[in-house]
Amino acid sequence: MERKNIMLSFKGEISTELLTSILQIIENKLDRFGESSKVKKRMFNIMVECLQNLHHHISQPAKDAGKELPSVIVMVAKNVTGYSIITGNFVEEQEVGDLKNRLEEINSMNKEEVKELYKSVLADGKMSEKGGGGLGMIDIARKSGEKLDFGFIPFGEDKSFFSLNVKVK
Amino acid sequence: METIQIEGTPKTPTVKFDEPTHTLVIRGRSIPENSIDFYKPLIDWLDQYANSDASELIVKMELEYFNTSSSKCILDVFKKLEKLKNNGTSVSVRWHYEEDDEDMLEAGEDYDAIIDIDFEMIKVEEI
Repeated sequence: MERKNIMLSFKGEISTELLTSILQIIENKLDRFGESSKVKKRMFNIMVECLQNLHHHISQPAKDAGKELPSVIVMVAKNVTGYSIITGNFVEEQEVGDLKNRLEEINSMNKEEVKELYKSVLADGKMSEKGGGGLGMIDIARKSGEKLDFGFIPFGEDKSFFSLNVKVK
Repeated sequence: METIQIEGTPKTPTVKFDEPTHTLVIRGRSIPENSIDFYKPLIDWLDQYANSDASELIVKMELEYFNTSSSKCILDVFKKLEKLKNNGTSVSVRWHYEEDDEDMLEAGEDYDAIIDIDFEMIKVEEI
């Protein structure tokens, strides 16, 4: 039953071209569903952030860490209440603590607090070397309006598999 | 001074300056992976503009979406505008948003709160 509602599912290496195609596929499907432009924009925005996060922050496990080739997972599903954008990627084990703290901090905030956090991070003017500026997750949480659903699974000696499920209504 | 004209792409907005009306328009989507590269010519152009003897600049923001990587660069654009205004140029910012797009309205309000320029919020049917 659940499978029928999957709009897109991908596992593999992510490139800029692929990222663009995924966005196009979802945009077309939302059009076909006759979604309101508000939901379409929200989905598009959150997807851009999720996919660009993958693109910027991915860490590939060493080739000998497992038999399967290292890959990214992207899944978009429609359910009764709205949509789910699910991503999965490997991160360095040493980054897990920081990332987890940041996500928990965002989840502990109400809507207004997330908005204020966004503004203060935007205004401080710093840019990470990858150009992200630390705003991505905050923006995802703000636009989603729901708690971020995430998990970490240790993989090999120094990696973890990070999964994120963002709900959009 | 030289004008600025950047054609839009599916990932980057159109940037155009109309000299007779002193109007700079930024229109479309801004979701490049590397926004710093995209916005640099505009930031440089604003520096040039500050050095010309122009008395006025109207900025029309007509964005459909922008990513967080662009949001920092857009802030840099507004900071240049703030400086321009503080140096005596009349600067106005017209922030356009589609009528049901409260996210875009809120984004405009965020910048309005950070930057010392009064934004004019303009509701439109479609960008």
